[in-house]
Amino acid sequence: MPKIRIATTSLAGCFGCHMSLLDIDERLVGLLEHVEFNRSPLTDIKHCGPCDIGLVEGGLCNAENVHVLREFRQQCKILIAVGACAINGGVPAMRNHYSVQECLEEAYLNGVGVDNPMIPDDPELPLLLSKVHPLHEVVRVDYYLPGCPPSGDAFFNILSDLLAGREPSLPKAMLHYD
Amino acid sequence: MQTELRSSLAGNQCSDHLLHRLHDLQSRFQHIPAQEIPPLATELQLPISQVEAVIDFYSFFHRSPRGRIDLLFSNCTSCGDLSLMQQLCTSLDVSPGITRADGAVSIDETSCIGMCDQGASLLVNGRIMTRLNPQRLQQIAGLVNAGTPLDAWPAEWFAVPDHVRHPGLLLNDALQPGAGLRAAIQRGAENLLAEINQSGLRGRGGAGFNTSLKWQLCRDAPATTRYVVCNADEGEPGTFKDRVLLNTYAQQVFEGMTLCAYAIGAKHGYLYLRGEYRYLLPTLEATLAEQRAANLLGENILQQPGFNFDISIVVGAGAYICGEESALLESLEQKRGVPRVRPPFPVTHGYLGQPTVVDNVETLVAATHIAVQGGQWFKAQGTEKSAGSKVLSVSGDCATPGIYEFPFGTSLQQVLDACGGQDAQAVQVGGPSGTLVGQAEFGRKLAFEDLATGGSIMVYGAQRDLLAVVRNFSHFFAHESCGFCTPCRVGTPLLRKYVDKIASGHGTPYDQEEMARLAKVMKRRSHCGLGQTAANPLLDLLERFPHVCTDRLLHQDYEPFFNLDAALATTRTLTHRDDAEAHLS
Amino acid sequence: MTNNTLFIDGQEIPFEAGQTIMDAALAAGIYIPHLCHKPGLSPHGSCKLCTVDVDGRSASACTLPASNGMQVDNNTPALNEVRKTLTQMLFVEGNHLCPTCSKSGDCTLQALGYHFGMLDGHFPPFYPRREVDASHPSVMLDRDRCILCELCVRASREVDGKNVFAISGRGAQSHLIVNTVSGKLGDSDLQTGDMAAHICPVGAILIKDHGYEVPIGMRTFDLHSVAESDVASPVTLKKTEHHDA
Repeated sequence: MPKIRIATTSLAGCFGCHMSLLDIDERLVGLLEHVEFNRSPLTDIKHCGPCDIGLVEGGLCNAENVHVLREFRQQCKILIAVGACAINGGVPAMRNHYSVQECLEEAYLNGVGVDNPMIPDDPELPLLLSKVHPLHEVVRVDYYLPGCPPSGDAFFNILSDLLAGREPSLPKAMLHYD
Repeated sequence: MQTELRSSLAGNQCSDHLLHRLHDLQSRFQHIPAQEIPPLATELQLPISQVEAVIDFYSFFHRSPRGRIDLLFSNCTSCGDLSLMQQLCTSLDVSPGITRADGAVSIDETSCIGMCDQGASLLVNGRIMTRLNPQRLQQIAGLVNAGTPLDAWPAEWFAVPDHVRHPGLLLNDALQPGAGLRAAIQRGAENLLAEINQSGLRGRGGAGFNTSLKWQLCRDAPATTRYVVCNADEGEPGTFKDRVLLNTYAQQVFEGMTLCAYAIGAKHGYLYLRGEYRYLLPTLEATLAEQRAANLLGENILQQPGFNFDISIVVGAGAYICGEESALLESLEQKRGVPRVRPPFPVTHGYLGQPTVVDNVETLVAATHIAVQGGQWFKAQGTEKSAGSKVLSVSGDCATPGIYEFPFGTSLQQVLDACGGQDAQAVQVGGPSGTLVGQAEFGRKLAFEDLATGGSIMVYGAQRDLLAVVRNFSHFFAHESCGFCTPCRVGTPLLRKYVDKIASGHGTPYDQEEMARLAKVMKRRSHCGLGQTAANPLLDLLERFPHVCTDRLLHQDYEPFFNLDAALATTRTLTHRDDAEAHLS
Repeated sequence: MTNNTLFIDGQEIPFEAGQTIMDAALAAGIYIPHLCHKPGLSPHGSCKLCTVDVDGRSASACTLPASNGMQVDNNTPALNEVRKTLTQMLFVEGNHLCPTCSKSGDCTLQALGYHFGMLDGHFPPFYPRREVDASHPSVMLDRDRCILCELCVRASREVDGKNVFAISGRGAQSHLIVNTVSGKLGDSDLQTGDMAAHICPVGAILIKDHGYEVPIGMRTFDLHSVAESDVASPVTLKKTEHHDA
């Protein structure tokens, strides 16, 4: 039986969800008998190929996030929004209290200790969106795994369900938004 | 506790009502200056938070100065034409909602101003201007730029003719002032109630509660003070019959209030007039003065010892929700117009917690006629469950918009034939909170038991985009939701978002499903009629004209909720970039 | 059937004249979800989480007087789905970023999300921009998290004998204001011991210098579901005369 292919990425997130994914610890060994990782910070593969499951951490704060998310949606049969930022913007969405202009001016022009004040214009840098957005505002999301981060057990739970062909569920005790 | 508002000596308008004081400030300074608020609160003995809350609740009060000429274009599907607003904005170099730098002018839109039979209309410094067209707007632009004061603008621009196209039972029945009161006094209060009961009169605002029962419940409620309130906050888009009744039949409205006072034992009444109809105030005050002079109001009315009753007028300030009777009472009590929890109902706990009858303008007019002509006369028209006639406000795509009075039970088709609306594809009956019907249902009857209406009949011809109509209504409700309950406060802006998405060609079948699901939650779980009906036009459209929505849907799984490329516009400007990577499709 | 009983999901429970459905349910140990209700304060009926079906008609349990023989549907999958939707609406309307909030774990809105098994906000978020008021020496007002339940408004007026808070504005622009000339909490007579300073079910009104004192795992809703905690320890409040100044 072919292995289940999983891709993961962190958009406007902190990689904390990825750390938590690794917290499934020794169960990872057993899991790897059934799954293989495609694009992921764990593999350093740069583009997502056809996959069964995409785990997306983080919300959308810039143009590149949108490109990556769209690639995941296109390539993954099941897309899972992982963690608070992917689900409602999370900590990065605190910048939505200000306009993107105020944010950039504070960071690059008026902030304390700014040398050579200028807003960077290098085309290599992804442009910021006016606000940080959750994934479901841009693509269809199949499942949500809340938590900041979701626990290793929660990851294991949802992946085990999917591998077994079950509709994934989360025990109430594992449901938390923080 | 609040005490009853003192009436000024000059007129009987309560000049120290918070809404009136704020209106004075708004007129004087083009906004409510922050430094005026604490002294006003002190003077009126109100918490400062109450004054602040009221300022931010009503649309006609502003925190920053509007132009010396402040133009508010109706955005109603019948009396609004926002392309004209755009035209004037261009000629005067103004952005909607932003006062021009010289302070001379500001332009914005406002919910239906009840001029639906008068062509495109606007409010200028609170005065009505109708029959707008591109030429008129050019003239307006000239007067604004010349700094001509409003009083020097041509008077005929402000005329609002009645357009009574088809008078019926009430409008054909000429009455002498006081005839109803004289007849009632002769019969006595018990028999007046019996006569109203026999007539089968039901509330004309739309809900159709039995009028005699309402009066009886109020009369029976234990209290020493009772009130009569006339609901003249006619805000349902497409409705303007109360404006005509107040303009030409005010005497009968006030007499109806006095009859009610006689029946229930009230000493004071209030007419709550929507802010958009402020121009009627001088006529209404004059009518009140005449009635006082004729001893039809005041002390010992018609020489009846102890029959004391007088009426004050309170003018609203741009809030559709105040047409809901308990929100109206809150507004009368100088608060935000938030509908109360019911029960208890106003008949037992109304104005200032006292038993109060709140009746529609037309109901009170009907009561006056019934007092003279008797219940049987009234009941002879209409259907078994809907006695008498209904005064309809007909507008939209028809040859002769205006006032049509027909017996209840008249079919919609008969109304369309009368107004020259034969090529209608759809009619919105009862305004946005009513029912959207198509040709297959034009045979249905206007009656409480079939198509209920508070009087609004909006006709939509074949060329109308019904989705644009429904989109207009969804914006209206989101703007007018009072914000009290979750389903309506959050649901109306969400519904607006979904309808905008679909109307702009970005909706998917998923969005339509989501929208319908949300609509059902709002309809069933909202606190008051506004939230419960806000989704009606949309649900009616989906049910009766499904293709109108589905034809616009994208044949794809999902589409973003916002314009991704536009979301990069600010950072493109800040970084001076326009390369391929600086865009998203 | 004895006099003065009603049925909640088929269970017969007694009530006293003047009680609402919510009063009767709480007395009988039956949980009806709610946010804007607190026993002892005047019922409000705005959050609509206590929405129930009474003889087939929708009603708010916290405001509808109980009457004899009423058949109330409460804990049904359909009603809980409606309540979950309402909870999601409250989440997307404000800026409820749980990881950034020191009320997390003690927040009733969050706990209701858990109770209904809410996984996401579902709707597009509004991301409103609302003012933070840190002017008071010991109380913080973060309007981002305000759900307009008016518990603080009522607690201040009905229990504290003050009138510190009010709701201003209309519709989606409705917002909590402070009854002072400056509009600042620091200029009000709110004291740390006031009920209004503690009653906020979310993280909009917080006592300063006490954030994150209880470790994760030991907070209110780490230990109990919202249903248990509400029924087991209803807050009994003393009602006082309305004070308008």
